[in-house]
Amino acid sequence: MSAIPDTSRLRYHCQLRQSADERRAETHPLTWRLRDDGTCIQLDEYRDKQGYEAALRTLEQRSPDDVISAMKEANVRGRGGGGFSAGLKWSLTQVGDHLPRGYLVCNADEMEPGTFKDRLLLEQQPHLLIEGMIIAGYANRSCYGYIFLRGEYKEAARSLAQAIEEAQQAGLLGRNIAGSGFDFDIALHTGAGRYICGEETALINSLEGKRANPRAKPPFPGQAGAWGKPTVVNNVETLCNAPGVMQHGVDWYQGLSGGLSNDGGTKLYGVSGLVNRPGLWELPIGTPGREILDRAGGMRDGHTLKAWLPGGGSTGFLLPEHLDLPLDFDTIGQYGSRLGTGLLAVVSDRQSIVSLLRNLEQFFARESCGWCTPCRDGLPWTAKLLQALERGEGKPEYIDILEQHTLGLNPPRTFCAHAPGAMMPLESGLRHFRPELEAGIAQASMEGVS
Amino acid sequence: MADTSLARRIATDGDGFELHAEDRQAMLTERAHYEQPQAACIEALKIVQRRHGWVPDGAIVAIAETLGVGAGDVEGVATFYSLIFRQPVGRHVILLCDSSSCFLTGYEALSEALRERLGIGYGQTTEDGRFTLLPVCCLGACDRGPAMMINDDTFGPIAAEDLDELLEAYP
Ligand SMILES: Cc1cc2nc3c(=O)[nH]c(=O)nc-3n(C[C@H](O)[C@H](O)[C@H](O)COP(=O)(O)O)c2cc1C
Ligand code: SF4
Ligand code: FES
Repeated sequence: MSAIPDTSRLRYHCQLRQSADERRAETHPLTWRLRDDGTCIQLDEYRDKQGYEAALRTLEQRSPDDVISAMKEANVRGRGGGGFSAGLKWSLTQVGDHLPRGYLVCNADEMEPGTFKDRLLLEQQPHLLIEGMIIAGYANRSCYGYIFLRGEYKEAARSLAQAIEEAQQAGLLGRNIAGSGFDFDIALHTGAGRYICGEETALINSLEGKRANPRAKPPFPGQAGAWGKPTVVNNVETLCNAPGVMQHGVDWYQGLSGGLSNDGGTKLYGVSGLVNRPGLWELPIGTPGREILDRAGGMRDGHTLKAWLPGGGSTGFLLPEHLDLPLDFDTIGQYGSRLGTGLLAVVSDRQSIVSLLRNLEQFFARESCGWCTPCRDGLPWTAKLLQALERGEGKPEYIDILEQHTLGLNPPRTFCAHAPGAMMPLESGLRHFRPELEAGIAQASMEGVS
Repeated sequence: MADTSLARRIATDGDGFELHAEDRQAMLTERAHYEQPQAACIEALKIVQRRHGWVPDGAIVAIAETLGVGAGDVEGVATFYSLIFRQPVGRHVILLCDSSSCFLTGYEALSEALRERLGIGYGQTTEDGRFTLLPVCCLGACDRGPAMMINDDTFGPIAAEDLDELLEAYP
């Protein structure tokens, strides 16, 4: 029998591209504790590095409403892609003591094409997330927290399960945390596939053991979510911002972006595609795309930048001329795109936009939950038309039909943000690269038109 | 009209599924984490799948009985989620990422090489029962695309030339 080959050189390891001497507690709140070797930080080491100080001090000295005010003032914006103010979301659970204590859910479903940031925090620093969840749970008067982790993140599941157990044994989770009178525990819930689970109301259905169809809003989850109780859903990175805010204060958080942006804090930015050094960096929010692309070593030899997606498959294409814009929620929103998850995917001049759009729309078509007809039928249609254009078999009216979809697949015609997200690359693709799409119209059908 | 409902099919055909005692216990432990028992059904399906590789009809009923929920609800969930298999799969399941960043870094060539090497398409299993090939959403490994998983292991970037060696590691 031949020996089993050693495949370790082919294994994927998640790694930040900044070494320890580049990262400081005051400037890199999300990553300064990470080890250069990329292994998971255990409880002792986390506590040696000021871990849980923010949560314990918060439980001791601050009221839940205080925490919500601090999050609002700091303007911590949702890192799951939407950029919604975390403090504002949390304030929904404040309306009156008659509400039952509800749930805090961490969205760790990371499946947005091109996004690989939450993985780093989950695998290498689970205690920062747990600390953030304790603070968020306290602020929202939650009785219990769930981490909704995508099923494929096996390594993250190991890190998290171990960290939860360590925290429970140290009295940092469970009844009467560190003598504060606050009871809060966390369970790990792992998913079983399907991109739509990341949409927050679909995620709640999935958590309840149902098919992951989104729910109507209102009521918002903060009013009635999991099992009808007030439920706050936040992204991993958002929750990881809370300990810093509570430890160092609102002014410090605002100052982190160093005048680059009105938003506060840092952001895990990344680059994928044909660059020399793809990867992840923690940088002030508002860092321009050019600096991030430079850190990634620029385009590979023989490739020039044609376009880029600033934050996942459901964001709109930007052009090289947009590289100097501060990458924050408000700015990018003004250029027909969204910051999304802040992980850039760069498109080479040698890449057909039509093929890339076809790939994107096939993804969104497959991942439609099927609940509403415009999305369920419309997305496959766009994918089909793009496929025909890719093969040079398109008809002139295809461009119009595609355009109509970008105009029409929006609420209230669609039940959730999945279909509108799918239309962002298509709309911007048509805006920036229309001739390329038109080139896919078959010659024969052009002759009939004139 | 013939009653083809799942419960009926199992009651009459009885696919002889027996829930392992340990698995039943694990499901009950899971159930305690939630306000309602149905919440444990995805984990219960995964528990069955870990032991059997897939989820046979009988398991749906066994899970429903164990958790005290409707078999139709369990089946509805089982057919919704892409990582729950309602048909037998090979000894090793390959999940190839077909999302945009991998597409930009060579997914199509890799996909073609892999399908040729295995002699199967997506959703199929090799004749020797060794590999099942499935597409998967972005694996969060986009900085090293094209990426794929084999069972619980994540790999990337993978070139067509790496495939022989990689597959050898999963006999
Ligand atoms: C189709 C779809 C998929 C989504 N996937 C994710 C995801 O994987 N992770 C995530 O954090 N947010 C995802 N979101 C956004 C969530 O709905 C929600 O806005 C987010 O979890 C809120 O957290 P935040 O405010 O902290 O960003 C998705 C949204 C949509 C419409
Ligand atoms: S827009 Fe698409 S994903 Fe959202 S509810 Fe409708 S069918 Fe489902
Ligand atoms: S697009 Fe393939 S791993 Fe992200």
